[in-house]
Amino acid sequence: MREINTRQIIEVVKKLCIEANLYLEEDVLAAFEKGEKMEESPVGKEVFQQLKENARLAREEKVAMCQDTGLAVVFVELGQDVHIVGGDFNAAINEGVRQGYQEGYLRKSACHCFSRANTKDNTPAVIHLEMVPGDKMKITLAPKGGGSENMSTVNMLSPSDGLEGLKNRVVEWVKQAGSNPCPPVVVGVGVGGTFEQTALIAKKALLRPLGQKNPDPQLAALEEELLTRINNLGIGPQGLGGRITALAVHVEMVPCHIASFPLAVNINCHAHRHKEAVI
Amino acid sequence: MSQAIRLKTPLSDADVAKLKAGDKVLLNGVIYTGRDAAHKRLYDLVMEGKPLPVDLKGQVIYYVGPAPAKPGQPIGSAGPTTSGRMDVFSPKLMEIGLKGMIGKGMRKKEVVEAMKKHKAVYFAATGGAGALLAKAIKKAEVVAYEDLGPEAISRLEVEDFPVIVVNDTAGNDLYAEGMRKYAR
Repeated sequence: MREINTRQIIEVVKKLCIEANLYLEEDVLAAFEKGEKMEESPVGKEVFQQLKENARLAREEKVAMCQDTGLAVVFVELGQDVHIVGGDFNAAINEGVRQGYQEGYLRKSACHCFSRANTKDNTPAVIHLEMVPGDKMKITLAPKGGGSENMSTVNMLSPSDGLEGLKNRVVEWVKQAGSNPCPPVVVGVGVGGTFEQTALIAKKALLRPLGQKNPDPQLAALEEELLTRINNLGIGPQGLGGRITALAVHVEMVPCHIASFPLAVNINCHAHRHKEAVI
Repeated sequence: MSQAIRLKTPLSDADVAKLKAGDKVLLNGVIYTGRDAAHKRLYDLVMEGKPLPVDLKGQVIYYVGPAPAKPGQPIGSAGPTTSGRMDVFSPKLMEIGLKGMIGKGMRKKEVVEAMKKHKAVYFAATGGAGALLAKAIKKAEVVAYEDLGPEAISRLEVEDFPVIVVNDTAGNDLYAEGMRKYAR
């Protein structure tokens, strides 16, 4: 049994909140470079240049890339041989978020649903905990902006809709989202499971590094086909028209009930923020 | 690409009438921030016939909730939020003289119609380029609804703030045109 103190968890979460919001990841920057080369629209190319310049400024001046620094979505893979000491685990995550958003000059975007009163410290975080073998703890911070999260959906399709029906639904969904979710987007697709599981795996699909295909060849081919069809929509960077509407499509699938065919589409904006650390 | 048009706020009917969807514009002068909660309050005041905390005649509203400013900087990251959420309020504000809106994403038909009727335009700024856009904001001061935190109304002084015209006073729509041009 290895002990991890909540003090360490607070420090790591705080650091991840700041870094995920200030520093564009290398995989995303590489996708911008590739996108700029492939983009045919002059305005679209210009958008890629602006995004690269924005990332440079944010990194050098240590300011948030985007004013919407998101709700703090925290994925934790907890080794089963870890014993957490020093206090409440969930409270530690929230304390890390509180400190990170304060010290990093990040916007506090959490509010009461009815009164819309801001909670003023960006808590509560959205915490997803999974137990895994080992004696380590992996924490992934994926700050999620409202604009792209609003353009997400869960559909309980019928098995008779088939794979073609599923593909059409994904493409139609991205089409109607249009310029709203800050294209070029990353599209997370969850297939199977139950209502809540399909949404969760769609979100988890967004944690995969850009350009890394699903190891299942059938799903990798589906990702490729969906990406081509989405980019043929012509929405383009910022919706101003162009070849690059999505940087990537990531699909995750689990078995479902014989009566069901659940589908979730979770869209990420171009910043595709995600940062992980292992304790 | 066409050369950018430099405009100074407040905007007149003549200023906005010459703008066409796809024009690149550099805004100078004063613009006001306002998003969901502030729009709701402004709208309610107009409906009740009460005075607004800011005179919107000829003005431009930027749909933004900035990140906090670091010491020595006028404002934190400040890119546009999704405009569609303001659609229910925008026609009323154009009716009382609002001339421009800056945001990102599509507007409803009613809003596009109101732009034609009241001579106003909708500009897009690059979503997610908040650090870059903040560079064009030289001064920021909260002028109303401080209790709303990032949603308060601020008076921004901008220099060459880069936007592109999406909807003009003739009913053109750059999003629809752009998509038609590049769809396969």
